[in-house]
Amino acid sequence: MLEIANLIKRYGQDEPVLKGLDLVVEDNSVVAIVGASGAGKSTMLRCINRLVEPTSGSIRLNGSELVTLRGAALRRARRKIGMVFQGFNLIDRLTVMENVLAGRLGYVSLFQAVTRRFPAEDIDRAFALMERVGIAHYANKRADELSGGERQRVGVVRALMQEPEVLLADEPTASLDPRTSEQIMMLLQSLASELSLPVLINIHNVAQAKAYTERIVGLRHGKMIFDGVPADFDKAALEAIYGGIEAPDDELTESPAGIASGEES
Amino acid sequence: MTRPVPATRTWRKPPFIANPLLRYGLLVGLVAYLVWAFGSLPFNWERIGEGLPRAGRIFGGGFPPSFERYDLLLTGFKESLQIAVLATLLGVMLSVPFAVMAARNISPLPVYLLGRAVIIVSRSFHPVIVAILFVAAVGFGPLAGVLTLTLYSIGFVGKLLAEEIEEIDWGQVEAIRAAGGGLLVTLVYAVFPQVLPRQVGLSMYQLDSNLRASAVVGIVGAGGIGGTLMNAFGRYDYAFAFAILLVIIAVILVSEGVSGWVRKRIW
Amino acid sequence: MVERDDALAARVWRRYDRRERLIRYGVLLATLMVVVWAVQDIDIFWPWVWDAPNQISSLGGRMWPPDPSRLGEILSAMLETVHIATLATMLTVLVALPVAYIAAQNTTPNRACLWLGRFILVSSRSVNTIIWALLFVAIFGPGVLAGILAIMCRSIGFIGKLMGEAIEEIDRRPVEAMQATGASKLKVIAYAVVPQVMPAFFAIVILRWDINIRESTVLGLVGAGGIGVILQGSIDTFAWPTVATILIAIITLVLIGEAITGMLRGKVL
Repeated sequence: MLEIANLIKRYGQDEPVLKGLDLVVEDNSVVAIVGASGAGKSTMLRCINRLVEPTSGSIRLNGSELVTLRGAALRRARRKIGMVFQGFNLIDRLTVMENVLAGRLGYVSLFQAVTRRFPAEDIDRAFALMERVGIAHYANKRADELSGGERQRVGVVRALMQEPEVLLADEPTASLDPRTSEQIMMLLQSLASELSLPVLINIHNVAQAKAYTERIVGLRHGKMIFDGVPADFDKAALEAIYGGIEAPDDELTESPAGIASGEES
Repeated sequence: MTRPVPATRTWRKPPFIANPLLRYGLLVGLVAYLVWAFGSLPFNWERIGEGLPRAGRIFGGGFPPSFERYDLLLTGFKESLQIAVLATLLGVMLSVPFAVMAARNISPLPVYLLGRAVIIVSRSFHPVIVAILFVAAVGFGPLAGVLTLTLYSIGFVGKLLAEEIEEIDWGQVEAIRAAGGGLLVTLVYAVFPQVLPRQVGLSMYQLDSNLRASAVVGIVGAGGIGGTLMNAFGRYDYAFAFAILLVIIAVILVSEGVSGWVRKRIW
Repeated sequence: MVERDDALAARVWRRYDRRERLIRYGVLLATLMVVVWAVQDIDIFWPWVWDAPNQISSLGGRMWPPDPSRLGEILSAMLETVHIATLATMLTVLVALPVAYIAAQNTTPNRACLWLGRFILVSSRSVNTIIWALLFVAIFGPGVLAGILAIMCRSIGFIGKLMGEAIEEIDRRPVEAMQATGASKLKVIAYAVVPQVMPAFFAIVILRWDINIRESTVLGLVGAGGIGVILQGSIDTFAWPTVATILIAIITLVLIGEAITGMLRGKVL
């Protein structure tokens, strides 16, 4: 269970990006966080694993406080928080297997990491997960040889290798074509129930959020202004979240449309 | 979606060099080379053993550096700066056509070979060797220095710029060609914008480099601070020599700061 | 159609706004002034400039035909030159990598290390190989050791600076991803930084080896070993045909170096 209480993030003396956010996510539930660009979605996610330092507030994962952790304790906590990125954030020049095993970096010793001598059970788990998402035959391919959807699967497997207690996904489909992004959303949805993980997904595409998640949280200017099931997410909620903010129309329509090509250079 | 499950779930990182024979061969070759090279080089250990006390004497004589003859130092530096500025300007301008010629993705093969040949020849010789030859041909003085460093700049900037042109995003070239652009238009709209920041960075780097090189072409009489430094070394006037070295370092620091600032502004 | 053209013509489009144009003209003007000053003030006897092509071709005439009688001696000196360059490049890598690590803003442990690293790089780069050689010849006497040390001292700055820049220019996103897995700093470097800078590393070392071959050809001019010793001797005795042979030998060596460099670059990247 993930509990966020009164989370505030302010860069320098600017207007806070997050203004006292409260959110509780039960295990085994998929939550979509929607909002316009700059609403604070990405910042919120990064506050949870402390890639961004929260200004104040409390974030508790299964009862233990994350905001006060430092050094090795923080790294131990991060092991339990998997993250999937918009740009996949793979290490292009390493093989798929090395990228996947990188999810174990928080567990193995530096020597094991550098020499790639990972424990047998890690390798076993890596193969099992890669088979689950259909990329096992790419194990020794370089990560940059894969297509966008395959790369994001590597990203998902890497996060799952951490044996996470919560999975964060920051715009996981924004760099993918519509069909592939549907597949990735389906994958995240089914993994959440298989592994009974809470999954938080930042997403631009409201149609996908409604289709693949069971709860939608709407952010605007760092405040939560909607929290409910997809069925309740109507025109009024849409207007409240995106109204007056310039956003491409296609993001709001029913047919999902992401960026046409998922290939990153 | 899934392939046959491998029987053994082990995984090793694929080796950097796939062929084991080649892999170990390279390793053995490297060790053999090191043994051979160190063995065949003539080291005069007795003389080397005297090094430490000598180093003490040289550094002892060099500190504190003496700025007594600062007018000599100033004249030398002024000349070095002039040589570097003129040579950089001439060299950077001349390097552009040669770089375009020497870029394989843009130039046809004969032109490429010609451009490459010019760059290779001007890069093959260290500026000091070129300087000796120019001094022999046109006499002592900064003219030999300017000629030397111009050639040096063409070689260095031309080579790196050509490589940069070869690595440009080809899509932009295709876009301009698709719009009906000819060779010159393609160069100006699709190639130069992509390499311009790099070229400005290279020019600044080359100015640095020429300033430093102008300090050494003087050693063989091609003008600039190098002659002053060589004289100081020759007369065992280490105090003045170290003063010159300090000023050289200071000048390079300033010029590096300026070049870094310019590159940051452009990127 | 006509109407549309008018509408288009009425819209004025400029590549740069007023401020940008002012800056551009300012920079241009300043450059021009420096150049004019340099041309007017430099101590060049202009008639010599116009005479230079004659003089250069006359020197070329004296060199022709090359005299191959001392070829054996020249070849063994060339080999020594290659050894100096290669050994010095290898040894440099060991020193330059830690320096690059502390001199890159995103990996340096602290400000003091950053400035120490930058100081090493700047002092190494600011002093030319020949001047380093002068110093080491004075300390250790004439010979290859002075040459190797001189090449090393200059290469540390080159490799260290470019490696530092390569480290600073890496894609931050894999770093972020590795941090998110709970990896320690060293593991993040091993996984997210090292693979990204590997191509740059090989390219830089190969480039520097290439340069070092060239640099080591002149070490002999100040007594630090290699082909330069014979070259200096031949020039001093006006044995221009021998000088020509040496120059041809140097070009050949550099071409071979270039070929090896090209091959290695193709293999590695």
